Amino acid sequence: MSELTLTVMRLGFLAVLWLFVIVAVQVIRSDLFGTRVTQRGSRREAQRPQQAARQSAPPPQRQQAAAGGGGRQRRGAPTKLVVSEGILTGTTVALQGQTITLGRAHDSTIVLDDDYASSRHARIYPDRDGQWIVEDLGSTNGTYLDRNRLTTPTPVPLGAPIRIGKTVIELRK
Amino acid sequence: MSSTSNTPTHHTSTIGSIGTPSRRNTELALLVFAVVIPVFAYANAGLAINGSVPPGLLSYGLGLGLLAGIGHLVVRKFAPYADPLMLPLATLLNGIGLVAIWRLDQSKRLQASSTFVEAAPRQLLYSALGVALFVVVLVFLKDHRVLQRYTYISMVGALILLLLPLVPGLGMNVFGARIWISIAGFTIQPGEFAKIVLAIFFAGYLMVKRDALALASRRFMGLYLPRGRDLGPIIAVWVVSILILVFETDLGTSLLFFGMFVIMLYVATERTSWIVFGLLMSAAGAVGVASFESHVQQRVQAWLDPMREYELSQEGVIGHTEQSMQALWAFGSGGTLGTGLGQGDSDLIGFAANSDFILATFGEELGLAGVMAILLMYGLIVERGVRTALAARDPFGKLLAIGLSGAFALQVFVVAGGVMGLIPLTGMTMPFLAYGGSSVIANWALIGILLRISDTARRPAPAPAPNPDAEMTQVVRP
Repeated sequence: MSELTLTVMRLGFLAVLWLFVIVAVQVIRSDLFGTRVTQRGSRREAQRPQQAARQSAPPPQRQQAAAGGGGRQRRGAPTKLVVSEGILTGTTVALQGQTITLGRAHDSTIVLDDDYASSRHARIYPDRDGQWIVEDLGSTNGTYLDRNRLTTPTPVPLGAPIRIGKTVIELRK
Repeated sequence: MSSTSNTPTHHTSTIGSIGTPSRRNTELALLVFAVVIPVFAYANAGLAINGSVPPGLLSYGLGLGLLAGIGHLVVRKFAPYADPLMLPLATLLNGIGLVAIWRLDQSKRLQASSTFVEAAPRQLLYSALGVALFVVVLVFLKDHRVLQRYTYISMVGALILLLLPLVPGLGMNVFGARIWISIAGFTIQPGEFAKIVLAIFFAGYLMVKRDALALASRRFMGLYLPRGRDLGPIIAVWVVSILILVFETDLGTSLLFFGMFVIMLYVATERTSWIVFGLLMSAAGAVGVASFESHVQQRVQAWLDPMREYELSQEGVIGHTEQSMQALWAFGSGGTLGTGLGQGDSDLIGFAANSDFILATFGEELGLAGVMAILLMYGLIVERGVRTALAARDPFGKLLAIGLSGAFALQVFVVAGGVMGLIPLTGMTMPFLAYGGSSVIANWALIGILLRISDTARRPAPAPAPNPDAEMTQVVRP
């Protein structure tokens, strides 16, 4: 066997050995960056910047959606949802185009610890024009906008109180 | 995830890992890699020694591939969330160990020796047995917490395993160390298995006693001094390991057991004082025994002045070893990049070249670069073990994982340190690399248990009980 072949094989072997080690280390990288911190109550909101940070180059459709959302953002549109009465008083959730669910269920955006709230009580979501809509999800005791019980999805004006059980929330700028 | 508490919820947060994928495909890809590398090494060694691709290349590659494939399928079926790295790393180390053993089989110098046997086919058989035990562990050990029930049985079992080599007629004295037993023509090193069984005992024992050991203590000069009665177990283990050292004259095994106990004690109690005590006690024990045990003295001399030992043994003085110096020469002549597989002279080490001293062969033929890669692979296995311990949700699993990976790390340190002249040489084997049935089989079982714990740890947490949602909603009655 020629000297050259053996030298090439020797160096080649060391190279693949190290390549294996490097690949193995790449596999465990997820251990170092694989934790996320979830804010209770405003879970989705906390998740979004996290995801953006994790993907250094967000996929194009996401970027587009973000840009479009910014364009649609009208003057006087609400930017946050504030709990003004009830146990959660003072809690705010930033409105970023996501659907907010309210109820006693653990996976709700705002978990209401309220005997008079249903598991999945109501949801608040933006329609195509960026107008925020509140919809009752067939709750036992109903959802009230101002003093009227909701029967259909209804647009929410700024500052109008939405009452769910003992909790009152409103949208603010 | 979400709250049921009455406090305002925006201050609390939970930390969780991003959805744990099972990573089985990653493991498969790495396994293919881990089988191809040894086949490449085998071809390389064959070309260098005989000038042709070795005839057994295909069967050897298929054999290793089959073992890896079986291991992978069993993991896929029985431990789908287990760590993806441990199996490929173990396979690769086992594979290149086989290549080095085969390469030493080809040495004319070793073939001339009277005790020569073809070691590579046997080692392949042992590896198959090891993988079989790995499979048995994964299939039958559905939950590692079952082992907790056998805490005290494990203690008795470990003691029996450790004492077996001392039984007359069963134990064998091989070159000064009584750590083998001989049954029906097979020699077994029970200490390798005792390592695992003892880890189970320590984990079970410390899980129950750790609060007493951690909290009931007095503070003295910045150290927490445990109460006398809590010192009992550590002293008992110390005495046992000293007895091993005296009667079996095996420094490595004794160091391994005592070290494993101190590591687990530290992890269980978070008290630095245990490490201080452990180091002091092991130093006192080692110095004490070395002062009267001639076999240990000889090892210490070979460590302090290998060149003088070499010269004495060349002059034919009985009781001196040339191997320590030869191992150092092997590392030295390897340099940075090595001489190439099959092109070194590490077979000059003679006896135990393919077991205790196998790292010297890698040092010579793969050089510093190769040895560093191998040590990193061991490091990665240990890292995965420690990671498993961190991720485990039950204290027994945590302690067992840390104990097993600690023992693995200590063994690598003791052997590599001994061969490289950092500490006195001991009669232990490099896990997976070295020739030796007990070692390979026991270490495959160890990897099996670690994979079982990691499968439990990485499995997505069971959904919380849905009781708050299931409560009836109160109806407002106007």
